[in-house]
Amino acid sequence: MTHIIQFENVGLRYGNAPETLSDISFSLTRGGFYFLTGPSGAGKTSLLKLLYLAQRPSRGVVRLFGDDMVTMPRDRLPDYRRRIGVVFQDFRLISHLSAFENIALPLRVAGHKEAAIAQRVTELLAWVGLGARTDALPQTLSGGEQQRVAIARAVITQPDVLIADEPTGNVDPAMALRLLRLFEALNQLGTTVVVATHDAQLMSGVGHAHTLRLNEGRLA
Amino acid sequence: MRLRLPDLPAAEAQLFPEGRMAGPMPWVIAVMIFLTVLAAAMGMGVSRAATGVAADVAGRVTIQLIEANSVRRAKQAQAIERHLAEQAGVENFQRVSAAEVTALLEPWFGKAGLDQDLPVPMLIDVTLRPGAEKALPQLSEAVRALAPSARIEPHGQWLAPLSAAMRSLVWLAGLLVVLMAVASVAIIVLAARSALNTHRATLEVLHLLGASDPQIARLFQRRLGLDALFGAVIGLFAGSLAILLLGYRFAAMGSDLLGSFGIGLAGWLALLAVPVVTAIMAMLAARLTVLAALRHML
Repeated sequence: MTHIIQFENVGLRYGNAPETLSDISFSLTRGGFYFLTGPSGAGKTSLLKLLYLAQRPSRGVVRLFGDDMVTMPRDRLPDYRRRIGVVFQDFRLISHLSAFENIALPLRVAGHKEAAIAQRVTELLAWVGLGARTDALPQTLSGGEQQRVAIARAVITQPDVLIADEPTGNVDPAMALRLLRLFEALNQLGTTVVVATHDAQLMSGVGHAHTLRLNEGRLA
Repeated sequence: MRLRLPDLPAAEAQLFPEGRMAGPMPWVIAVMIFLTVLAAAMGMGVSRAATGVAADVAGRVTIQLIEANSVRRAKQAQAIERHLAEQAGVENFQRVSAAEVTALLEPWFGKAGLDQDLPVPMLIDVTLRPGAEKALPQLSEAVRALAPSARIEPHGQWLAPLSAAMRSLVWLAGLLVVLMAVASVAIIVLAARSALNTHRATLEVLHLLGASDPQIARLFQRRLGLDALFGAVIGLFAGSLAILLLGYRFAAMGSDLLGSFGIGLAGWLALLAVPVVTAIMAMLAARLTVLAALRHML
């Protein structure tokens, strides 16, 4: 069983404040499906930031794809970030780019050819039910539509790891189920999926998923 | 083996929403370049005029014979001319005719002419060969030996105060160019910081999607470089127009000094380089500013 992500005694502190995360240790296997849950303020978003390399821990060891991210030179981190798809809680869509352009962004950053980009983005837009909103700017999309664009942007590169922070918070149950099936389909292709959610119904929708429960900055 | 990250494709140039000339930066750059071009042209023009005037008078000397006795004066003149003819450093010499001297004195003595008894200095214009100016003290000594009352006046000496003033103007113009270049760089750095703040959200998303620092910096430097180039071209165009109009006005005055007030081909080529240098400075400032900001992110 290959561990794609390993945390060992990880602590995270912002400035001189008390630790937001303390003594976090866990391993995620390649191709696993994980839910991260816990009450508000438990440290879920902080843990996700460590996972998608927006933050280094204050202590402990974080390994991604077998490499130590704590000591990794920062100019090498983009190589690792490109292997991780992220659905941010606030979507972080670029407001002056269309749905198409937002979804195409990771492919462009990775240097894919324009023809291949157009085909993949168009297919995915149709899959998430936004085939008719290709040229729409994010501010003209509903919350649910924006969320679907954010999800499409995260999965467009078929990343090794998909991290999603409350990915179904703004969509109706039918669309939530549809998006969950997309995550499962990616998972079956080998992508390790980590979903932070409060949604018990969503968590019960994936039988083989593991659950990481955070409480006051510690894994329960 | 380390992977080399590819460049962002051209389509990513649209990552920043504003079109060119959307902010004040290109217009401020246009004004700065307009003033820089005028200052540079003034410096080059004055320098060129000063060089032209200096070249015109270099090696030119006037010998004045103020001996009151006309017979003795004529003998002294002949002796000096014989001496000049033997000197290798003397390119040519010419006695100023009585008619020319009379014409020179006309403003003071009127058209009636000079009284025959009035002793008028005899003048000999001498042109030395290039490099022979160093032998001027020896020549002066020899002339005084032949005519003790002779005065030897290098033309450069008359123009020394004007040359000094012109040199001061050239230095002042150079200082202005340097000050405006410094101010332009400061404006570009401020514009880069402003652009960074405006587009911070875009930058953070790109960063988290795996864009490398040089990729992101390239986007900013391309945008700022193009804006600066656009502003600089406008400034250069306006400045060049002003220079051409001034040149036309000076030429119309018919003055030898002002008529030589041009900047020449080399000057125009130097001015054409200004927008390119400005764009390069803008790109460098943008790159350094963005890379410094990105270093604060993981």
